Amino acid sequence: MIPLPPTAPPGVIAVDGLATDVMCFPTRDQYYALVKSFKDDGFEMCVDVCGVDYLEHPERELPEGVVATRFEVVTNLLSLFKRQRVRIRVQAGDDAPEVDSLFTLYPGTEALERETFDMFGVLFTNHPDLTRILMPEEWEGHPLRKDYGIGKVPVQFKESPGPR
Amino acid sequence: MTDSTVRTAERLEMLAVETSEGAQELQRRAETGTDELGREVGAVLRLPGLTLDPQSVDFDRRDDETMIINMGPSHPSTHGVLRLMLELDGEYVLRTKPVIGYLHTGMEKTGEALSYIQGATNVTRMDYLSPVINELGYSMAVEKLLDIEVPERATWIRMMMSELNRISSHLVWMATNGMDLGASSMMIYGLRERELILAFFEKTAGLRMNLNYVRPGGVAADLPDGWRDDVLVICDTIYARTFEYDELLTGQPIFRGRMVGVAPLAAEEALALGVTGPLLRSTGVAWDLRRSMPYLAYDQVEFDVIVGTYGDNFDRYAIRLNEIRESIRIVRQCIEMMPAGDYRSQDPKVTPPPRARIGESMEALIHHFKLFTEGFHVPQGEVYSAVESPRGELGCYLVSDGGPKPYRIHVRAPSFVNLQAISLLMRGGSMSDTITVISTIDPIMGEVDR
Amino acid sequence: MALEDLQHNFLTGRVEDLVRWARRASVWPASFGLACCAIEMMATGGADFDLARFGMEVFRNSPRQADLMIVAGRVSQKMAPVLRQVYDQMMEPKWVISMGVCASTGGLFNNYAIVQGVDQIVPVDVYAPGCPPSPETLMHAILTLHEQIRTGEIMKRRSAGEPIHLDHEPSLWTPEVPVAVRVGTPK
Repeated sequence: MIPLPPTAPPGVIAVDGLATDVMCFPTRDQYYALVKSFKDDGFEMCVDVCGVDYLEHPERELPEGVVATRFEVVTNLLSLFKRQRVRIRVQAGDDAPEVDSLFTLYPGTEALERETFDMFGVLFTNHPDLTRILMPEEWEGHPLRKDYGIGKVPVQFKESPGPR
Repeated sequence: MTDSTVRTAERLEMLAVETSEGAQELQRRAETGTDELGREVGAVLRLPGLTLDPQSVDFDRRDDETMIINMGPSHPSTHGVLRLMLELDGEYVLRTKPVIGYLHTGMEKTGEALSYIQGATNVTRMDYLSPVINELGYSMAVEKLLDIEVPERATWIRMMMSELNRISSHLVWMATNGMDLGASSMMIYGLRERELILAFFEKTAGLRMNLNYVRPGGVAADLPDGWRDDVLVICDTIYARTFEYDELLTGQPIFRGRMVGVAPLAAEEALALGVTGPLLRSTGVAWDLRRSMPYLAYDQVEFDVIVGTYGDNFDRYAIRLNEIRESIRIVRQCIEMMPAGDYRSQDPKVTPPPRARIGESMEALIHHFKLFTEGFHVPQGEVYSAVESPRGELGCYLVSDGGPKPYRIHVRAPSFVNLQAISLLMRGGSMSDTITVISTIDPIMGEVDR
Repeated sequence: MALEDLQHNFLTGRVEDLVRWARRASVWPASFGLACCAIEMMATGGADFDLARFGMEVFRNSPRQADLMIVAGRVSQKMAPVLRQVYDQMMEPKWVISMGVCASTGGLFNNYAIVQGVDQIVPVDVYAPGCPPSPETLMHAILTLHEQIRTGEIMKRRSAGEPIHLDHEPSLWTPEVPVAVRVGTPK
């Protein structure tokens, strides 16, 4: 497990993670500052921003001191020079999930955050253009939420439910 | 006007409304905020100390001096259903905004309804030109959560099939790139070479595309008898033909005129945008996951990472051409060094038993039944696992709640992130350059939209 | 598929037969490749499974100049109105082949995002199953369509519920299944 960068905000919980060098759990207020400190420490690339809806799995394992909420935003950073990966999981909120946008640090998160907004409804403050990206403009609802059905059309002659 | 004419007019109007995507489209300058204007221009970078240069953003351009046109989604050269809105000043491109989502399939939602064995069938259709590599990223994520070891032969088989897939993907790229630039014979050559590889895939896995071959625990079937001869024929033929492509394209003045110096990308811009793959390597950054963060057996084979200098279209073309040669080198080493052994893990909780044993052993029957109806259970946890696809870093973020189906599967598609470079690359170029830029970015809309 | 099967020469043959032969022999597909099936469609137009021998290698980019729309790939909700627009822009006579299971029925993806069968949007003449259909399957579908054009079973768009009017017996000829070009790698 690598240590947090020296400019990281105090009080961020960091543990070992699977297939990553460190896994951090900042609060919503610490999120932007933490990512900025990683960027200053040599993590040049933000690889991925995605959301998870833990509505059906609220009892997931979290380290001590992390307050679990329904929505989580997961950010993966990569340092090419040091060959290290960092995973940052921020608890975004229950009803009106909102986190800071990383656009000013990493312009490449623009499309990734739009997708998280489109699929989960997580708002990103200071994002230049937070509109839907994958669904049509007039679509209502956020498809990847757990309370949004899969929209299956019943198929004739399909009796056994099975894994599908 | 007759009845049918009125209906047609109404229907056309209705269709015009239905196909408009509102706020996702490029709006007129008067209606676009400053931040968004700067981003669409391509001046996305907030490098420290550098403020937005008003000269570069044309703030004082009036709306009636420029024209907003729409390219796609049904277009011969947009590599799938990509819709590009361009603001043009005559022939030159000022602003670009890609509108995507025309191939959104809800694969991440479908993945939550499929078991882990079925998951590979879903993931394989994202980047449909390199299905084996999609499956590989997914299977590696599942295996990390399961914490099982894949036998050595399976690892080498996976590596060989991934490299063959990389060759076929780059061949399709060369074919469509040639077609876009007007070299239609390149299309025929690229597809012809690709048929050799697809015939081998069909012999091994049963399918030409969307193979569902790499599964958690190993691969679906062992390599067929005589595979060494088949793969050697593939290697020799394609290697010799890459030199023919060199003759056809590399030195050709018109090709060079359209590719050299066009749409250069700087390394800092590429890193800030999260660009990976040949697009990043063309800027001079030698980042290839196979070399820098090796997975499978890539640390045991010798190959070079091809790096460009200027980040222009020609560099990206040359990188992909030479990556075909490097992949052939890796495949040759796989032929020599392929170990004997199992082609999949022998853990009965994960791997279904061979079909012949179901008639003999009760246990085998029960395992088969459980694995194919309910599926195997993966311990709780989450993992992000990345592989190098022909387009860049393909990552799979998998969250498991201990059940037989993934709780959340998210695939970090390289084309989705690379496509953000489009407004930067097209700025200032002419209309004909837009085609070459889209072509050399090599987006695959299946994985962009998932 | 040459002049021999006209059974008359151009002086004594019926005009309809001549017209149908001409329509069948140069069907120009509109390029509407969406996803993985588009790659197999390109492969069918390539050198190994040549579509040019049927007069079809030129994929018209403008729908106004095309006769056949091969819907190759999954049609998402966002793409559906675009599909209809392209179909409406084609001139009569026009035909639609639904290539692949995603275009035919929604395929693997029975969810909110995919139209469950492109026949909910446009009338389909031939369905080609497969995921993706191999080029041989696509050619079989194309040849079936050619046969339907040649015998005149497809005359014009019928409205729903209207019965088929045939002025002759339907043909019992089925196209010969094209033999696979190669199985395994050539030596």
